[in-house]
Amino acid sequence: MSHAATMDPVAHVVEPAESPLTPESWGKLGMWIFLAADAMSFGGLLAGYGALRYYSTNWPNPKEHFGINLTAFMTFLLIVSSFTMVKALSASRHGNLGKVKLYLAATAIGGAWFLGMQAYEWTHLIEHGLTLQGNPWGSSLFGTTFYILTGFHGCHVLSGVIYLLITLMMAGKGSWGYGEIEITGLYWHFVDLIWILVFTFVYLI
Amino acid sequence: MAQTSTQSTHESHPEPNYFAVILVLTVLTAIEIGLTYAPLSKLAIGILLVGLALTKAIIVAMFFMHLKFEKATLALIAATPLILCTLLVFALLPDHNPKDHAPSTAPQTTGQPAPTH
Repeated sequence: MSHAATMDPVAHVVEPAESPLTPESWGKLGMWIFLAADAMSFGGLLAGYGALRYYSTNWPNPKEHFGINLTAFMTFLLIVSSFTMVKALSASRHGNLGKVKLYLAATAIGGAWFLGMQAYEWTHLIEHGLTLQGNPWGSSLFGTTFYILTGFHGCHVLSGVIYLLITLMMAGKGSWGYGEIEITGLYWHFVDLIWILVFTFVYLI
Repeated sequence: MAQTSTQSTHESHPEPNYFAVILVLTVLTAIEIGLTYAPLSKLAIGILLVGLALTKAIIVAMFFMHLKFEKATLALIAATPLILCTLLVFALLPDHNPKDHAPSTAPQTTGQPAPTH
């Protein structure tokens, strides 16, 4: 053992060059594992929401109290921002830095717009009496689960917008390239994917 | 894996038609909203909505997150939360005794603010 250590003093810090699942980078595998864990957080919240709602005797009909057109537009906004995100990645693949910056900025604007609409929606609902522990239309857990689920997702969108702005800055400086933009994209598409589920379970069903 | 150019690793998979992907996602969303007004039972609407939502989520993972072009083992990592959360739903539901909600014992939530002490 000591011989090997003498012969190759840095052997203990050398990592395999390639991740077995994502040969492009270890960072990509790391993001996938993080997202799988994060998905379980959302899954736990959604399952808890489902169980509470299933056994509630006075759960209001969400369609009667939420602005479905507004949230449908928010859904559309996130889908489009996912599109601009993949276009940024595609531009990076072709080495077009101008378009990379343009599409990353568009994606960040899409996220910020979504957050603005969510703030508007929350304000409107709070004015109508729906709070964390109060609901004029029935079970108080309706408000609790609504704010926790959409709030937890909103925090992800906010983090995503900050992450996108950092990516924009680093790509602009030339420090980050295709690999890093791809990892940012994975996070952003995940936020979109989760909203698709939240939109259906909380607003439509 | 001789690299002929610096970008060769980025071109290992084809680029999907992203515009078609958002078009499909938008149409599926419109169908979902339309479904909520459909003259079907609540259960049928619920099952269809869950099916559509999962379809949309899978489309995002496959084409935007490029899971379709990754190694199959990575898809196993991605599928783990879906499997575990499905099990969680079935673990949670029978845990609750509906008799707890018998009208004689269940306090009615009126939505009025609790009295201040």
